Amino acid sequence: MTASSPKLEIRDLQVKYNAKDDNSIALDQVNLTIENGEFVSVVGPSGCGKSTLLKVVSGLLQPAAGTVKLDGKPISGIPDEIGMVFQNDALLPWKTIVDNVRLPLEIKGMPRKEQLAEVDRLLEMVGLKGFEHYHPKQLSGGMRKRVALSRTFAYDPEIYLMDEPFGPLDAQTRVKIGEEFLELWERVGKSVLFITHDIEEAIALSDRVVVMSKRPGRIKAEFTIALPRPRPFYEIRFDPLFKEMQKEIWACMSEEG
Amino acid sequence: MSVTMNKESAPSSTAPAPITNSKGSQPSQFTIWAGRIVLGVIILGLWEFLSGRAFNQFWLSKPSLIIERIGKMAMNGDLWFHVSVTLYESITGLIIGMVGGILIGILVAYSGVFDKWVYPYIMAIYSLPRVSLAPLFIVWFGIGMTSKTMMVVAMVIFVAFYNAYEGIKNIDKDLMDMMDTYKAGRWHKLRWVVLPSITVWILTSLRLNIGMALIGSVIAELVGANRGLGYYITHSSGLLDTTGIFTGLVLIMLIAIILEQFVIQVEKRLLKYR
Repeated sequence: MTASSPKLEIRDLQVKYNAKDDNSIALDQVNLTIENGEFVSVVGPSGCGKSTLLKVVSGLLQPAAGTVKLDGKPISGIPDEIGMVFQNDALLPWKTIVDNVRLPLEIKGMPRKEQLAEVDRLLEMVGLKGFEHYHPKQLSGGMRKRVALSRTFAYDPEIYLMDEPFGPLDAQTRVKIGEEFLELWERVGKSVLFITHDIEEAIALSDRVVVMSKRPGRIKAEFTIALPRPRPFYEIRFDPLFKEMQKEIWACMSEEG
Repeated sequence: MSVTMNKESAPSSTAPAPITNSKGSQPSQFTIWAGRIVLGVIILGLWEFLSGRAFNQFWLSKPSLIIERIGKMAMNGDLWFHVSVTLYESITGLIIGMVGGILIGILVAYSGVFDKWVYPYIMAIYSLPRVSLAPLFIVWFGIGMTSKTMMVVAMVIFVAFYNAYEGIKNIDKDLMDMMDTYKAGRWHKLRWVVLPSITVWILTSLRLNIGMALIGSVIAELVGANRGLGYYITHSSGLLDTTGIFTGLVLIMLIAIILEQFVIQVEKRLLKYR
């Protein structure tokens, strides 16, 4: 990795959906750069291709045109350094919490003892000590989210790709988990590409907020969030700068109609 | 004639007759089992009562005579002599057919375009009445147990195939994507996602196949054998021994119920996470 190249660099990206009858364009002329350790959120109306963008970066979807580079290298297949957090957690229902969290370590071939020590540390960190041998079904939505986050932290990727990860949670849990996640992230300081439709969440978490237009999704505007870190995830909402950003981004998004 | 009778006896394995142990501690469990037992007693009671009164006992025999026959067979060794063979053929065929069907199902489901080529042919073969192949199986595999076991395999393999195949097509795409982003290899995907995902489907096919396996072995025995419950049934019908025919059928039913209970216990253990 050269010092000059950004963590993620997307140039003139175009993605087509190969539906049977129409070749509709999901994303068009998307340009986005994420620096090392930067937290970037993408907001936009539903169906604007936010999730598609994430799928392309994770190598699960092939772009029609344009380039995606991680650390200056064009991606081919699924890159090693990405950690995906899915909207629905994607936990294995038949595995216990320990097994779910140690999955990426097992795939990496880490010795069992080290795996368990690492899982222990992570579960302690997210406050799930004592739930090691539960199955995902037995946990609340917020707890399952913590498990999913621990699993991604266990993988320790260079860039976190998060697809509306807090979407299915109720408002209260959402703030709580967001707060916890922000704290954990500030400790590891890796790059994040965060997809959400919640403007407040985006501002509270991010260094930069990117607004996408309706289909075909393009980048409409970028806002730098100059709020100091570490931030209190909830109280930051009463900051005048926060209010101003919120107003601007909201205005930008509502132009879409 | 006895072929159609066998077919009727198979579905009844899903509604256990009043013989299983009721360990119900909850009232709902109690109600279920009490209802089942009462229903069974009524049916058997009517059969017992009406036989010889409303109709000639020669046509339908009656429960007391069947129980008496089973007792007699147990004493003189005939019971185990016939049951063991049928059980052996059914279980061996069931295992071979299940494992084979599941493996083929997994391979076909992951074979890309090959899947599209072979699938209609597999379904075409499935629609054949495999029962009609029984005489041919005896020509191919001899009069011994092999031909019966192969008949069982032919009966169960399709359901096993179809369930494994459908199970794979129904795997949660997000889970596979998740495994992909962690760069999981084939082995890890199989162990952590594929096999656990299709377990529900496999257990369903196993339950359905218990009945199919018994039908398969008994039909093959009807066509040509000198041992087994199918042989016992044909032998009895040759002697116009109605009680013998019904005894054979009742024994098949009992075996189905016991095997199904066994699968239910396995299911409880494997699907505890739900």
